[in-house]
Amino acid sequence: MSLHIQDLRATLEDGTEILKGVTLEIPKGEVHAIMGPNGSGKSTLSKVIAGHESYVVTGGSVTLDGEDVLEMSIDERSRAGVFMAFQYPSEVPGVSNANFIRAALQARLPKGEEIDAVAFYKSLYKKMDLLDMDRKFTARAVNEGFSGGEKKRNEILQMMMLDPVYGILDETDSGLDIDALKVVAKGVNAMRSPERGFLLITHYQRLLNYIEPDHVHVMSEGRIVKSGGAGLALELEEKGYEFLKEEPALA
Amino acid sequence: MSFEENNSALLDEETHEAINIDRTKGDFTFPERHKYDAGRGLTGKTIDYICDVKKDPQWVREFRHKALKTFLSKPNPTHWATKDLENIDFDKIRYYLSDGEKPKRSWDEVPPEVLETFERLGIPEQERAFLAGVEAQYDSEASYSNMKEELSKQGVIFVSSAEGLKEHEEIFRPWFGKVIPTADNKYSALNSAVFSGGSFIYIPKGVKLKQPLQAYFRINSESFGQFERTLIIADEGAEVTYMEGCTAPKFETATLHSAVVELVALKGAKIQYITVQNWSSNVFNLVTKRGLAMEDAEVRWIDCNIGSRLTMKYPGVIMKGERARGEVVSIALANTNQHQDTGAKMIHAANNTTSNVVSKSISVGEGRSTYRGQVHIPKHLKGCKNNTECDALLINSNSRTDTYPAISVKGNRHATQHEASVSQVSEEMLFYMQQRGIDEGHAMSLAVNGFINDLVREFPMEYSVELKRLIDLEMEGSVG
Repeated sequence: MSLHIQDLRATLEDGTEILKGVTLEIPKGEVHAIMGPNGSGKSTLSKVIAGHESYVVTGGSVTLDGEDVLEMSIDERSRAGVFMAFQYPSEVPGVSNANFIRAALQARLPKGEEIDAVAFYKSLYKKMDLLDMDRKFTARAVNEGFSGGEKKRNEILQMMMLDPVYGILDETDSGLDIDALKVVAKGVNAMRSPERGFLLITHYQRLLNYIEPDHVHVMSEGRIVKSGGAGLALELEEKGYEFLKEEPALA
Repeated sequence: MSFEENNSALLDEETHEAINIDRTKGDFTFPERHKYDAGRGLTGKTIDYICDVKKDPQWVREFRHKALKTFLSKPNPTHWATKDLENIDFDKIRYYLSDGEKPKRSWDEVPPEVLETFERLGIPEQERAFLAGVEAQYDSEASYSNMKEELSKQGVIFVSSAEGLKEHEEIFRPWFGKVIPTADNKYSALNSAVFSGGSFIYIPKGVKLKQPLQAYFRINSESFGQFERTLIIADEGAEVTYMEGCTAPKFETATLHSAVVELVALKGAKIQYITVQNWSSNVFNLVTKRGLAMEDAEVRWIDCNIGSRLTMKYPGVIMKGERARGEVVSIALANTNQHQDTGAKMIHAANNTTSNVVSKSISVGEGRSTYRGQVHIPKHLKGCKNNTECDALLINSNSRTDTYPAISVKGNRHATQHEASVSQVSEEMLFYMQQRGIDEGHAMSLAVNGFINDLVREFPMEYSVELKRLIDLEMEGSVG
C-alpha cells in the first residue's frame, strides 16, 4: 500500500514540459524528501498530485493504494487522504479558521451527519496547544494577516485535523525562523505512523535536521536524478547542487 | 456555458439533488381560483375594477386615476437604467387577482392551497418561533394577517394596506404618498395606480417591539404583477423591526413585482426594515423604498437581494430632523441571467445628521451587479456625516460589476468618506479550499459567505441561517 508515482509527465497550459517522467513510490510509514534547485519541478510535482488545474498531465500515473488519483477531482483527492501543505497558503477573507477546518471535516462526513461541535473544539485546541498556537487563531479569518510562520503552523494544524494518509509539504520550511521550524517539525513528527507517509519538498537540508527522512531524492530538470538515505541530504548541503551538472548520466 | 448544462454535466448526484429540492421549494404553483381578475393590460377601467372590488374610498379612486396618468406620461428610465425594462409588456400583465376574501386572523381559516403554500415556505412555523406578527400575501391580497394579542392592547396596528386606509384613515392618509410621491418614478406611479396588499403598521408613542413583524409576499399566478404598498409609522420613541420575504415560482413569462414602501420614524423612533428576497429568475423587481427620519430618529434598511431577472432598488432615508440617522446595509447576489441594480439614497436635510451605506455585491458567471449611490448634503447645513462602502466580489471572469456613486456635498462643515473595492474569488483560493476536501460549490459559497460575513451579523439569527442556505444553493448551482 503506497502512493505510487509512475513516469509522471506534465506540462504548463502552454505546453512547456515541467515534469519529464517522475517515478517515486512512498510506502506508508515512510518519510521521503525531495530536494533540488529552484525550477527543478519539485513544487510542480506536489501540485500535480493535488490536481492543480494550471498543469496538464501528459503521461504516467499516480495511484493511492491502487486507486487512480489523476481521475479524481481536487476535493476527492483530499478526501481520499492526500493533504498538501502549501508554500503560499491562500487567504480566505471573512471565513474563520475554525469554520474552515470544520467545513473541511464536514465534507468528509456522509450526507445528513453533523460534526460534533464539542469534540471538534476539543480536538482543535489540543492540536493548537501542541503547535503553540494562540486560541485566538480559531476566530481569525483563514491566513488573513498571518505572518509567514503563522501561516505554516496553520497548514500543519489543518493537516493534523484532517488526518491524511499522505502529507505533502511543499517548501514548508521556506521563510521560517528556527523556532517556527521546530514547531512545524514537532507537528509532523507527532503524526508519523506506520499508517501514514510524507513527502517533504525542500530546497534546504535544514528541515531534515528536525524531520529525519527515510529516503532523500534529488530532482533536477523535471526528473529524479539521485536517490539515497538521509545522508544524501547532508552531502547536498556540503556540496550544493553543482554536482548535478557533472552527473547528467544519472537521468 | 449555460447553468443548466453545468448542473447535469459537472455536479455530483448529491449536489444535483440539493439544487432540485431548492428549485421545488419555491417553485410550485396551485391552480388559480380567482374570483376577481382585472384581466390583462392597464387602462382607466382596470383602475375602476380594482377600486370597485376593493371598495376603495373616493379619495383613493382619485389618487389611483391621477397616478395612472403619471405612469403613462413617464418614459421608462432607460437613459440611465438597463434597456431590459423595455421588455416589460404592460399590456400582457394581470394587475389584480384575488379570491375576494378578507385576510384571516387564523391559519385555520385560510384556503387550503394558500395554507399549504405558506407552510411549505415555513411561515406559520417561524411565526410561532420568533415573530410578533405576520402578514402573508398571496397574489394581490393578504390571506392572513395576525399579531400577538398583547400588541393590539398596546395600540399597535398591523393590518393590510386596504384595511389601513379604510379603518385608520386619520393616521394613514396624512403620510400616504408623502415620503414617496406618486411621480417619484415610473414604477412608483404604477404602484400608486394599482396598489393592493402590503402592510400598514402604526407603533404608538414609546412602544418598543421586542420581536419583529413579518410580511411574506408570494406570487402564485403567471403573468401577474404584484404591487404591494406598505406604510410604517413609528410614533415618537417607538421601535419596530419589520421583515419581508418573497418568492415566486418559475414561470415561462415575465412577472412584475413593483412595491412602494414608505417609513416614517417620528422623533426618537427607530425603524429597521429587513428584506430577504429570493425571486425566481423571471421576475422584474422594481421597488421604491424610502424612509423619513425626524429628530433623533433612525431608519435602517437591511436589504438582501438574491434572484430575480432584474432588481432595481435604492432604499433611501431622508434625514429631516436634527441628529437623525439613516443606514442602508445591502447584499446583492447576481447569478447568470440576473442583474442586481441596487444602491442607496441618503438625503441629509437637517444639521448633524448621519448616514451610513454598506453595500456588498456578488456577481457569478454572467451575472451583473450595479451599485448606484446618492448622498446629498446641502450647503446650508453643518455637522453632517456620511460613510459609504461598496465592495464587489466577482466569481468567474464573465461577471460584471459597476459602481456609480453620486456624492453631492456642498459646504465644508461635513465629513464624508467613500470606499470601494472589487475582489475576486481567485483560482488559487478555490484550489486551496478544494485541496482541503471541500467541493467547488461549497468552496465558492464559503468564499461568498466570508465576503458578506460582517453584514450577515446584522440580520436576526433565523434570517442569517436562511440567507446562508440560499447562498449555498445559489453557489452550488453555479459551479462550472
